[in-house]
Amino acid sequence: MSTPLLMFFVFIAATLVITYWASRRSAGGNAYFAANRRISGWQNGVAVAGDYMSAASFLGIAGIIAFQGYDGFMYSVGWLVAYLTVLLVVAEPLRNAGRYTMADVLAYRLRPRPVRAMASISTLTVSTFYMIAQMVGAGSLVALLLKDSGISYRTAVIGVGVLMIVYVVFGGMLATTWVQIVKALLLIAGTILLSFLVLAHFHFSLSEFFNAVGHVTYHDKGRQVTQDFLQPGLRFKPPYGALDLISLGLALIFGTAGLPHILVRFYTVPDAKTARASVVWAMALIGGFYIMTTFLGFGAATIVGRDFIATHGGTNMSAPLLAQALAGNIFFAFICAIAFATILAVVAGLTISASTSFAHDFWAGVVRREAGCKPGEEVLVARVSAFVVGAVAIVIAILLGPTANVAFLVALAFAVAASANLPVIVLSIFWKRFNTAGAVTGLAVGLLASIGLILVSPSVMAIDPQTVTGTARHLIQAKAFFPLENPGIVSIPLGFLGAVLGAVLSHEPSAEQRFNELLVRSNTGLGAEKASAH
Amino acid sequence: MESNDHEIVQSTDWDRIAAAPEFKDLMAAKKLFIVPAFVFFVAYYFLLPVLVGYAPHFMATKVVGVLNLAYLFALSQFVMAWGIAALYVKAAATFDKLANDILEKTGTHAAGAAEGK
Repeated sequence: MSTPLLMFFVFIAATLVITYWASRRSAGGNAYFAANRRISGWQNGVAVAGDYMSAASFLGIAGIIAFQGYDGFMYSVGWLVAYLTVLLVVAEPLRNAGRYTMADVLAYRLRPRPVRAMASISTLTVSTFYMIAQMVGAGSLVALLLKDSGISYRTAVIGVGVLMIVYVVFGGMLATTWVQIVKALLLIAGTILLSFLVLAHFHFSLSEFFNAVGHVTYHDKGRQVTQDFLQPGLRFKPPYGALDLISLGLALIFGTAGLPHILVRFYTVPDAKTARASVVWAMALIGGFYIMTTFLGFGAATIVGRDFIATHGGTNMSAPLLAQALAGNIFFAFICAIAFATILAVVAGLTISASTSFAHDFWAGVVRREAGCKPGEEVLVARVSAFVVGAVAIVIAILLGPTANVAFLVALAFAVAASANLPVIVLSIFWKRFNTAGAVTGLAVGLLASIGLILVSPSVMAIDPQTVTGTARHLIQAKAFFPLENPGIVSIPLGFLGAVLGAVLSHEPSAEQRFNELLVRSNTGLGAEKASAH
Repeated sequence: MESNDHEIVQSTDWDRIAAAPEFKDLMAAKKLFIVPAFVFFVAYYFLLPVLVGYAPHFMATKVVGVLNLAYLFALSQFVMAWGIAALYVKAAATFDKLANDILEKTGTHAAGAAEGK
């Protein structure tokens, strides 16, 4: 058995032990959906980091920096700064006012049925699209990482999918949390080690390191080029690069605080104060990690080189190949195992947020609102829907295949979170005049604008040469109508506009009457959900 | 909402607390910190993509050795984010105290008595 495969199995065994342990503590709604709200501040902070830092940010960022230098680092910056919105605006009111999902905050003073139905659609859209992107990425990555062990794309997708289903169906939020904690600690440890080795390679001299970054040599279309990799502009080019960069920033800054799988994490802690502490812990880890992408990405560019990476698996292999170059095959296997853990923890978080929203918002809040749920029914529905969501993601990922062009699904997830979810969360907490019509139109406009603009963007519309075949081809073979890959700059204002107009054009006295209740509760924690005794 | 809070807190209590000067002070204190902090970080952050996007040559100006303005400004964003988070944690300790005082004064803290006060 190859070393990477062995390390994968060690990680899988550890997570299955966690799941078994958690499964005996996951009876009842509070336990299953919110880990009894007994996760501590630092634990939740580490789990948020583990939930958030996807393979895209570990392997992807290292690759983008290794190939396009400074512009890749722009992603790193946005991914941390976005947490200020979570910290200052969303985390504490959400924890005080809600129970299991973001829709709880909306349903607090608005008419629950339409609001929950729309919020559930938006949550399922964000979570499943993001999950499909992760699964396709996971399948091709695992197949690449385990190439020597003979693992195919299909086996890898099924393996990742089955594991995420097992964690969520049997271990609920508690197992998901601990898988995310273990993953985050492994990822940070691996990144520190890699950064240390990169610095050691340059004799612990930052100036020697940055001098190398300033003169990176590689071949472009057969010509040898020497490029300063700290110089901006290698990725975001005129005429629309600058606007796309700003639009991306908007989607990150306003989208992170609307990502359902991140928001549900704040229900797992005892109170708002702990939720705040956990954001601070998350910011320390996430910031530390993204600063170190300097060493991962530039290290790969200078030590391994673009030419070598391009012929040995492509951009996503930058970090593992750097590990191999610095410390040999065992370390390569270790970094591969971390990448695998990273993927699993994120898809598990997406699965539980999607199934929680379906069970709590749609099933208990819409379908069975009048009849009421039997004891245990909500959790049962969540388990079944986790299984269904996971199975659907596996099938779609296999049908799409390893070369499918799915990068736009990640942009879509952030755009919907920023354009549909965030406006209605913020307005329902801070604007007395906000009402049901505003929430429904805001969610609908934000969702439709994001999907519509992505469909006519260069991510979906482009004319491919004949050499590109199958699902790797762009969906629509025509010149894009909308020039930006990130729709945020248009869709976020539209989402806010839809929400405000919907509210202004209708009256709902009951929603205004209950505003004081929400205001006092979200700011003082009076009446907030408590941690379960056990 | 589908919880039993209404048994603990009467609807009139919510309005009474919302109207209390102490609660208004809490909201004013929060606003005084959160609004400027939010505006500052958004402005500081978007200055980076705007400058990098529209003035790449200016941002490529070298400051220390090969380190240019673009990279140093990006690094400063990390310091800025951590700095605001630290300031917020400090300010929030005051908000917690104000909120606790309100709950005690209005006699509605019974629900949270288990938290060892």
